[in-house]
Amino acid sequence: MEKSTYSTKKGLAQMLKGGVIMDVVTPEQAKIAEDAGAVAVMALERVPADIRAQGGVARMSDPGMILKIMEAVSIPVMAKVRIGHIVEAQILEEIGVDYIDESEVLTPADTKHHINKHQFRVPFVCGARDLGEALRRIAEGAAMIRTKGEAGTGNVVEAVFHMRTVMDEIRKLSSMSKDELMAEAKNLGAPYELITEVGVTGRLPVVNFAAGGIASPADAALMMQLGADGIFVGSGIFKSENPLKRAKAMVEATTHFNNPKVLAEVSKDLGEAMHGLELSEIKEKDRLAVRGW
Amino acid sequence: MIAEMKKRQPIGILALQGSFLEHALAVEKTGAQAVLVRLPKDLEGVKGLIIPGGESTTISKLLDAYNLTDIIRNLALRGFPLYGTCAGMILLSKKIENSNADLSRVNSLSLIDITIRRNAFGRQLESFEEELDMPVIGKRPFHAIFIRAPLILQVGSSVRILASLKDNSQHNLQGKQIVAVEQGAILVTAFHPELTDDLRIHRYFLEKVKKYARQKNDLIVNSFI
Repeated sequence: MEKSTYSTKKGLAQMLKGGVIMDVVTPEQAKIAEDAGAVAVMALERVPADIRAQGGVARMSDPGMILKIMEAVSIPVMAKVRIGHIVEAQILEEIGVDYIDESEVLTPADTKHHINKHQFRVPFVCGARDLGEALRRIAEGAAMIRTKGEAGTGNVVEAVFHMRTVMDEIRKLSSMSKDELMAEAKNLGAPYELITEVGVTGRLPVVNFAAGGIASPADAALMMQLGADGIFVGSGIFKSENPLKRAKAMVEATTHFNNPKVLAEVSKDLGEAMHGLELSEIKEKDRLAVRGW
Repeated sequence: MIAEMKKRQPIGILALQGSFLEHALAVEKTGAQAVLVRLPKDLEGVKGLIIPGGESTTISKLLDAYNLTDIIRNLALRGFPLYGTCAGMILLSKKIENSNADLSRVNSLSLIDITIRRNAFGRQLESFEEELDMPVIGKRPFHAIFIRAPLILQVGSSVRILASLKDNSQHNLQGKQIVAVEQGAILVTAFHPELTDDLRIHRYFLEKVKKYARQKNDLIVNSFI
């Protein structure tokens, strides 16, 4: 018997596929998410839209608050640590969260290094904008990837760009001859072994969800059609007029992403979506997706 | 081609959420045809159905939302073969024991006479891999992956036990730890054969399908969808 193997870490992400993971800030929101059919919740003190609005340093959430959410629901509970903050990760492993998100949404603790995730028993998910970044995180031990998008904007444009970029690069690798792969490994800044593996299999070695700006059932289905394995929704649900109804609709849209009839039905009468931000309104220094190395 | 001339057995994979693509791949590797099932009409013509791993709360809500719960139940009561892994096993069980949660979270299909406990070993940090003896698929042990896995606590008289964990002490649990059983045409495992390359359990289920899938199945399916 062996616990916390890479297969069990990757395996939990595989069990979440085709599902929606929702940001929640209270046990009550966690229950609403579970009732709506979320496959997991991300426990945090402020959703990305509020972090963006309030500014300041965003850190790991209070472990006491995360534990209350873990007690409130039977689905897996994830929580975020700052990029490179090894000790925040040790604390979350100690309280037994099911997954850690080493997240650009929080203020980075290290401007050069990410956490060596192989050292942990708890699995990690990390953000990526392109294939090189995804494979660097996987080499560090990430058992799940999410494309970054631009969190807290309610604007899907960056999520689309990142997912298309990753998928394009995978297709390109698949069509390359073996002697081109080393140069491409150098070009993408990713380990040669992983580049070779992706070239052969034509897919990432771990599950890849879409995140950052997904705010409607149509957004969720769009990301699934572009090749996402599942969806993270941050501010999009609890910053909208009718969270339960919208959450349910997004769950159904993620399952029936290829069925316009269902998508039309679930998109009806959802009330106001979160207001959202046009990307050009966000200064370069305020972009979250550029955090990560 | 010869392979195309021989009609492949269509097996449904419930594709609402979870590891359905992994199951579909395993089914295709055995030579059968995988059919993804999201709506009642997708059941047309399939000879058996696999309910994958995933989140049982999520899958149960999506089953209810499109009337699949009653249809699958009615089919199964007439001998339609079903195989549930992990969340699938939870959904097929008659009784769910859950010490810290209200039962309403999972609306079970209630088809196999077992009592199970969700997340019986604990949270993700307790997920594990173990070699399992399962005589019905052969002598070689099966490498089983358990993820936030449920456990079978009690079985009814019509249920046959196929595999149990060898060493109870490592999981801090009492009693016999049953992880695979069958009852007629229904098979369930607490672990995930779809995450490994070992196809023996899928083949075992497909044998069941052959045995139980008679022509009347088509008539039954068409009468419910």
